[in-house]
Amino acid sequence: MAVLDRAPRGHRPNPGRTPAPVGRSSKRPFTVRRGLGLLGFLAPALVFVAIFTYYPLLKGSQMAFQQWNLFDLRNTPFVGLANFRTLLANPTFYTVLEHSVVWVVGSIVPQLLIGFGLALLLRRHFRFRGVYQALAFFPWAVSGFLIGILFRWMFNGEFGVINDLLRKAGLIDTNIAWLADPTLAMFSVVVANVWYGVTFFTIMILAALQSVPDELIEAGALDGAGKVRTLFFIVIPFIRTTLLLTVLLRVIWVFNFPEIIYGMTGGGPAEQTHIVTSWMINFTSQGDYGLASALGLIVVGVLVLFTSFYLLALRERDAR
Amino acid sequence: MIGTTSVPTKVLRAVLLGLWLVITLFPLYWILVTSFKDPGSIAAFPLRYLPQPWSLANYVSLFENAQFGTYMRNSLLVSLTAAAAATLISLLSAYTLARFEFRGKGALLMAFLITQMIPAFIALGPLYVMMVDLQLVDRLGGLVLLYVAMCIPFCTIMLRGFFENVPDALEEAAMVDGCSRLSALFRVIVPVMTPGIMAAFIFNFVNCWNELFLSVTLMNSDANKTIPTALNGFISSFNIEWGPMAAAAVLTIVPTMVMFALASRWIVEGLTSGAVKG
Repeated sequence: MAVLDRAPRGHRPNPGRTPAPVGRSSKRPFTVRRGLGLLGFLAPALVFVAIFTYYPLLKGSQMAFQQWNLFDLRNTPFVGLANFRTLLANPTFYTVLEHSVVWVVGSIVPQLLIGFGLALLLRRHFRFRGVYQALAFFPWAVSGFLIGILFRWMFNGEFGVINDLLRKAGLIDTNIAWLADPTLAMFSVVVANVWYGVTFFTIMILAALQSVPDELIEAGALDGAGKVRTLFFIVIPFIRTTLLLTVLLRVIWVFNFPEIIYGMTGGGPAEQTHIVTSWMINFTSQGDYGLASALGLIVVGVLVLFTSFYLLALRERDAR
Repeated sequence: MIGTTSVPTKVLRAVLLGLWLVITLFPLYWILVTSFKDPGSIAAFPLRYLPQPWSLANYVSLFENAQFGTYMRNSLLVSLTAAAAATLISLLSAYTLARFEFRGKGALLMAFLITQMIPAFIALGPLYVMMVDLQLVDRLGGLVLLYVAMCIPFCTIMLRGFFENVPDALEEAAMVDGCSRLSALFRVIVPVMTPGIMAAFIFNFVNCWNELFLSVTLMNSDANKTIPTALNGFISSFNIEWGPMAAAAVLTIVPTMVMFALASRWIVEGLTSGAVKG
């Protein structure tokens, strides 16, 4: 192991120290011993991820082009694009796509705004900030599935606490059947998801805010910029990259996140709250992995396209 | 947010923070209250915001009518084992990725990141067939293997961030003193990184504890069910019994919530270090 070279790591905040000779080790010729040493440390992780993640992912992508049902494993012929055609011919597919967009946009915009606000409020140290964070970040410890169940109970049309609170506040006279009406049900699952996801944005944005040098903000204040202007012209531009990447990661993640819907409505009423990935569960529970995988590949395609456009748009704006 | 903070600003800030805390904690409060209500008073008007009378009936029925004790034991066993194994394995890979430059490193990190972004359902069918072939369906051990693989990518990325905060002079000194790299890692670096490693372990544990779809697919006998699989059974029944359901939810949430609260500082640090630095 001693033959291994250390990597130069220039990005560590380490003033006072001369930078490591960049590229020294990476330019060194590849030797067998060095390679074996690295492999020994990496092997367990690689083996696990290769066997239990990448192999099934690739195998599953192949299933998208097969007729493949769990209850008919002897008969799995290749069928070309038939699974994709079946999906595209199904009107529910388009509803589900539309709902995915509503789900992603409707969740992420409020999450970002509330998360940003909270991060601003938490930036300055105060007594019990640690305790506050430990309490306010608790949704993170809970699975989306269970959050779905909690909100299903709160949004219950008869005995739900939300109806009760709204009636007490004088906002409604009769109980609303939140989860029985398609539009209201979609609204309700989005509310639950907003509640669940604010924590993530708060944590990320708070960390980014803490990376803004105080001098920068003070300089702005000296130049007579008010708080709002400091925020928009100094702070936000400084953390722009983190913000935009956090949003991107979150879009991908929320698009792929069916657990709240699964626990809260199961996609109902009448399949009206399904997003693509929760709809996929229908196929897997019927054992039809061919269709499920085809749908999965469509999701990957959509996300790859979205990510490319998003990153391209960022580059364009930066170039201008 | 800058300069002097006036009293009204302070008050406003406290009010807003308090409001959000109430909104955040309300679902937890409500499920707690529900779980301690007498079964007869759960669906009774007017809704009561405190149990009247307090009752443990829902918890009792959970352990008597459902094998909730077994499910908890299974979840605990699987999550502890998988989280410990994944943390240990990730420690090695994270260390390598933090300290060495080699060809394909970027690709490797990308391969780990991608696993976090692909809908996992694509892998579900092949995994099931694979576990049938390995005769690991409906075995806790099989679930452990899958969970280890599930945890490794993110845990590696998280731990790598912590390693980069530890000066390499530390293990160099140990190696000059005659330690091998492996023993330098475990004798010198790991003790310094204990909070970070605990955070990674807790993060893994919580992810395994909460995992739903793999366990629903693989575990079919009652004796081997984990908590999420059991909850899935509860909500799939035509008439959900909200009393025992609430009690089950509380028993599922509380352990992970306590762990998260204790380690929240380091978990936050681990989650954000990569994003902000990189």
